[in-house]
Amino acid sequence: MTKLIITVIGKDTVGIIARVCSYLADHNINILDISQTIVGGYFNMMMVADPAQSTVTAGQAADELDALGKEMGLSIRVMKEDIFNAMHRI
Amino acid sequence: MISIMEANETVKMITQENLDVRTITMGISLIDCIDSDLDRLNEKIYRKITEKARDLVSVGRDIEKEYGIPIVNKRISVTPIGLIGAAACRTEDDFVAIAKTLDRAAGTVGVNFLGGYSAVVSKGMTPAEERLIRSIPKALSSTQYICASVNVGSTRTGIDMDAIRLLGNIILETAELTKEKDSLGCAKLVVFCNAPDDNPFMAGAFHGVTEGDTVINVGVSGPGVVKTALEQIRGESFEVLCETIKKTAFKVTRVGQLVAQEASRRLGVPFGIIDLSLAPTPAIGDSVADILCEIGLEKAGAPGTTAALALLNDQVKKGGVMASSYVGGLSGAFIPVSEDQGMIDAVEAGALHLEKLEAMTCVCSVGLDMIAIPGDTKASTISGIIADEMAIGMVNSKTTAVRLIPVIGKGVGDSVEFGGLLGHAPVMPVNAFSCDAFISRSGRIPAPIHSFKN
Repeated sequence: MTKLIITVIGKDTVGIIARVCSYLADHNINILDISQTIVGGYFNMMMVADPAQSTVTAGQAADELDALGKEMGLSIRVMKEDIFNAMHRI
Repeated sequence: MISIMEANETVKMITQENLDVRTITMGISLIDCIDSDLDRLNEKIYRKITEKARDLVSVGRDIEKEYGIPIVNKRISVTPIGLIGAAACRTEDDFVAIAKTLDRAAGTVGVNFLGGYSAVVSKGMTPAEERLIRSIPKALSSTQYICASVNVGSTRTGIDMDAIRLLGNIILETAELTKEKDSLGCAKLVVFCNAPDDNPFMAGAFHGVTEGDTVINVGVSGPGVVKTALEQIRGESFEVLCETIKKTAFKVTRVGQLVAQEASRRLGVPFGIIDLSLAPTPAIGDSVADILCEIGLEKAGAPGTTAALALLNDQVKKGGVMASSYVGGLSGAFIPVSEDQGMIDAVEAGALHLEKLEAMTCVCSVGLDMIAIPGDTKASTISGIIADEMAIGMVNSKTTAVRLIPVIGKGVGDSVEFGGLLGHAPVMPVNAFSCDAFISRSGRIPAPIHSFKN
């Protein structure tokens, strides 16, 4: 199963990681890795997640997290890992 | 493991720099539909297209969502109708009937263009091909999704001047029949020299006779990504400049390769080629002219433009061929006028003229593209411009094309609005001296010598 890369970018506020993690937990998507930085007040996070047991499709997760992001004033994108590997690895 | 920096770079390319897959084009051979009965031919064509391309749009949407990469267009190309209709079409209206069938099929499967209302007449026209060419104005003005193209020359065969003379009139007729929409019909008609069989980009896509039954070809784009990458290296040497363009083209093409393989797998249709063209859109930051400015020109059209474009075109190809083993189509940098805000600005500022554009087509990937000219331009003058462009392609063994829009009722100083991806354009002046006697000669220009290259 292709892993998912979830990127979150936006203004830092309380509870960003919690909200994203609860969504993933609720839909049985396992988080494998999290990296996070804050640059100039901007929150920047990347999660690697395993959707093997997920209760939603990658497309649905993308739509729903996008909606969650808009609600919190953030940009949240869910993309299959292959596109990053294709672009950055030979 | 992908780093957060790499993830952000990819996301930024898509969200801020207009990186997209411009088109997934399914090529469909209609050779097995050929029939001498027009009704049966139409039925077979409709059935084959709607069957083969049934899932094209939905698969495109799924890939778009899962990988987070916009796939702007889903399209179809078919075998040149000049061949397919030859046995059944006795009149121009018979060909128009096929155009309407194709249009209906395109509407059913939900694609936004279908190319292949075409004739390949690089050495001569069969009576059927001549009928198809004569039917183009009516076909384009009575359909919504159909694109037409005519290949009138090649390096190996020379140039069919009879076809070029005819096309001068056909382009004007198409303009006249679609004058309510600023002669938009002409935006769907391309004249080629050395047309590739596997081009996924409209309006010139057709499924050549060298191709298999069905194929998936993908066109990637990303002028904005190249421009942003070059912003980081202002003032650096040509070596750094070239290296940066190559690396960026590599990354863009890899995304196209991934999408193409995935689409091919899901549709059960063989993967053909990736066309790695920098195809601009009127959106701000999605311009090839802006890249030329970033390389160091005040405006596209300034001295140095041809050299800068040659460099850009070559580096894009070099980066792309490393990323995909099957690069084809037109591959390079497109320089349409109306579809590129930087080009429009350059024309309006007086920096860019038709003659400079012609010089640029010697080193770009296609030709004189989406150029609005006065509606009262003579047919022979249009033929003359086409002949010049075809000669450049023939002698330099490259694809060249002409997509001119004589805008009926408008002249120099006016502006035309085509809408959407086709953009808007100022009407450009055309050299008013006559070439009547040249164009009225019959026959063809012979193929060029392949030695003594100077």
